[in-house]
Amino acid sequence: MTIGEAGLSSIFVVLSFLCLMGAAMALDSAFAFHASLGAAASLAAAFAIINRYYDRPAELPPQEINGRPNYNFGPIKLATVLAVFWGIAGFSVGLLIASQLAWPSLNFDLPWTTFGRLRPLHTSAVIFAFGGNVLIATSFYVVQKTSRVRLAGDLAPWFIVLGYNFFIVIAGTGYLLGVTQSKEYAEPEWYADLWLTIVWVTYLLVFLMTLIKRKEPHIYVANWFYLAFIITIAVLHLGNNPAIPISLVSSKSYVVWGGVQDAMFEWWYGHNAVGFFLTAGFLAIMYYFIPKRAERPVYSYRLSIIHFWALIFLYIWAGPHHLHYTALPDWAQTLGMTFSIMLWMPSWGGMINGLMTLSGAWDKLRTDPVLRMLVVSVAFYGMATFEGPMMAVKVVNSLSHYTDWTIGHVHSGALGWVGFVSFGALYCLVPWLWERKGLYSLRLVSWHFWIATIGIVLYISAMWVSGILQGLMWRSYTSLGFLEYSFIESVEAMHPFYIIRAAGGALYLIGALIMAYNLWMTVNAGEAEETQDASLLQPAE
Amino acid sequence: MTEHNDIDHVSGRSTTGHEWDGIRELNTPLPRWWILTFYATIIWAIGYWVVYPAWPLVHGYTTGILHYSSRATVDSELSDLEKLRGEKMAVLGAASLADIEKDPALLSLARARGRTVFADNCAPCHGSGGAGAKGFPNLNDDDWLWGGSLDQIMQTIQFGARSGNPNAHEGQMLAFGRDGMLKKDEIVTVANYVRSLSGLPTAPGFNAAAGAKIFSDNCVTCHGEGGKGNQEVGAPNLTDQIWLYGSDEATIEETITNGRAGVMPTWSGRLDPITIKALTVYVHSLGGGK
Repeated sequence: MTIGEAGLSSIFVVLSFLCLMGAAMALDSAFAFHASLGAAASLAAAFAIINRYYDRPAELPPQEINGRPNYNFGPIKLATVLAVFWGIAGFSVGLLIASQLAWPSLNFDLPWTTFGRLRPLHTSAVIFAFGGNVLIATSFYVVQKTSRVRLAGDLAPWFIVLGYNFFIVIAGTGYLLGVTQSKEYAEPEWYADLWLTIVWVTYLLVFLMTLIKRKEPHIYVANWFYLAFIITIAVLHLGNNPAIPISLVSSKSYVVWGGVQDAMFEWWYGHNAVGFFLTAGFLAIMYYFIPKRAERPVYSYRLSIIHFWALIFLYIWAGPHHLHYTALPDWAQTLGMTFSIMLWMPSWGGMINGLMTLSGAWDKLRTDPVLRMLVVSVAFYGMATFEGPMMAVKVVNSLSHYTDWTIGHVHSGALGWVGFVSFGALYCLVPWLWERKGLYSLRLVSWHFWIATIGIVLYISAMWVSGILQGLMWRSYTSLGFLEYSFIESVEAMHPFYIIRAAGGALYLIGALIMAYNLWMTVNAGEAEETQDASLLQPAE
Repeated sequence: MTEHNDIDHVSGRSTTGHEWDGIRELNTPLPRWWILTFYATIIWAIGYWVVYPAWPLVHGYTTGILHYSSRATVDSELSDLEKLRGEKMAVLGAASLADIEKDPALLSLARARGRTVFADNCAPCHGSGGAGAKGFPNLNDDDWLWGGSLDQIMQTIQFGARSGNPNAHEGQMLAFGRDGMLKKDEIVTVANYVRSLSGLPTAPGFNAAAGAKIFSDNCVTCHGEGGKGNQEVGAPNLTDQIWLYGSDEATIEETITNGRAGVMPTWSGRLDPITIKALTVYVHSLGGGK
């Protein structure tokens, strides 16, 4: 038994005992529930480690077989499957809450299904559960392939995938039970935050150790972006979440920051979660999967360096644009706005590098719907990163802020960029991981592409119209100096757009279901890849 | 991995010479328009910092040559608005409700003000058109619980009903069934009697004389002889086919069994006196004002 196996299984046994005690002494039922989940999961983990020890060969998997790296694909496969599962769960909840806005009776008058609880469930499921699993899966794949080494660690990669998804379960069930620290995109309470910290630091170590033992002299650009994403998310998570629980056996805590400082921390975190989770991480995906799929060199190495460092340096300043015209001091608002404007070209640097990598391979867009999906994602990225700086300008923000325009902007980035680049990566990754010749059906990819694209267009155009309408209604005065419209009149005016938005979301969900079917059939009915060297394809775990 | 600089035959450009899992990178220089636009945004930002508050210092911050302050801007915009509204609203404040009703200019001003105030504050219960809902009175008809004159409406808006305010309207429908004052069969009988007051059909076997007896023993104190209601205690007129909670037998029995005590909040202190005056005129003009 290795030190890792012995140590980790002992830790899990102790943890399971502590969780049981926590469950017994809990001050509230939600904490008791989560502590019980923790006890069960810890026990299962300890059991799985010991079981695996008895099942595995005496030697751990070799780093290389016949001089070729023995890649570790097991944890990646799990994260890939979970990404598809959470994606569909997250899109479904999104469709439900979009429908609730159009038809409020769909909250069923139950506390667990009210908009206030389901909204963080939707955002966390799509960003952290779907996006997070896509990032973990692709980063583990890309760092191995572009470093030509097996992933560092033996248990650690499994711990990261399982531990991260356990965090998702704790966070999601917590929202339904009303457990929240009420910070947008950082709703999970203190114990979930602590657990995520442990998982995330392990993630950083595995990624770094894999890079350190790489067989390539240089670190590929995608790995810079992954590393920036992992490090910055750690910093943001620690900065935004310090909290004091009211008891060690309670699900309630108070964040140490207060007032406008708390607001500033929150949006420093929130904006850079967009910048480093949803941008840097997915740019890393773009930098591997587009050149790979297009079979073309990356357009410009120089551009990749300049836009990487410019993006990293400038993004971190832009958070205050979420707090224009609030109690935040004017100087901080100015910095947020001006840095957002300067961020425009660094963002577009990524778009240029993604799109121009296609030069010499544009004809492939006609025949390869996966590449089309990847390229359209970059186009949406370009659109959203133009719209973002524009909305950060104070005069524009005075119209757009608090309206549906913001929701539309976020979703053009989320559905168009993050969603499509993830789908493209999953369509590439599944045949590679399960050693299939190709996807089960490219026609179904085409259907997915068009249905989802129409969904996005419906969604964002409905939100543009309704957002601008809302902003104009809220600010219009009569000649007598009274507000022209009451708030409720602006709500009534939104109704048709909420229906169109829900229809767009439904199309997007249908597209994802088509993808899930296609990937399932690829794994279970796809033609196995022929290979000369069967030893390369041994399962790596 | 190969260290010599290949030429990519499609673009004619050299690559950096590295290769990762089959991926190479071209030595394409930065697009000129890209770098120039990037510089332009930096220059614009520096210009903005010179003009507006931008950088924190040990004490305070750089104020910029305009000395802009968003707080000062809000103050001046609000005072501009006050100026625009002020004179007209002062006239409205000085005029009595009766004066406003007589002066078409004042009337339309009060109604314009009242309309948005109504939609933001009253519509959640009374509906955006004032048509009411179950338990929330319709303000368009001429049936008033607490009176439909301008003064009575203003009184109701200012202090509410059963709101806890000492000046609020008091009086409630008692829970005759729950508190044991009437038995189940008596409630059924009197409920049918109440239906008969407005000409609604009654259940077969209904004993009108018994119903009248129960009604006069228990209900006339508030609802009056013949059930015409009493605005002093907010007792509804039972003869006019206008129903706050519903006219079917089951709902009337529920009302008699458990009583009713809907709350209208107090608005005095939440809305200023001139706004309440405008709102009064608006509600009065909805169709039912007396």
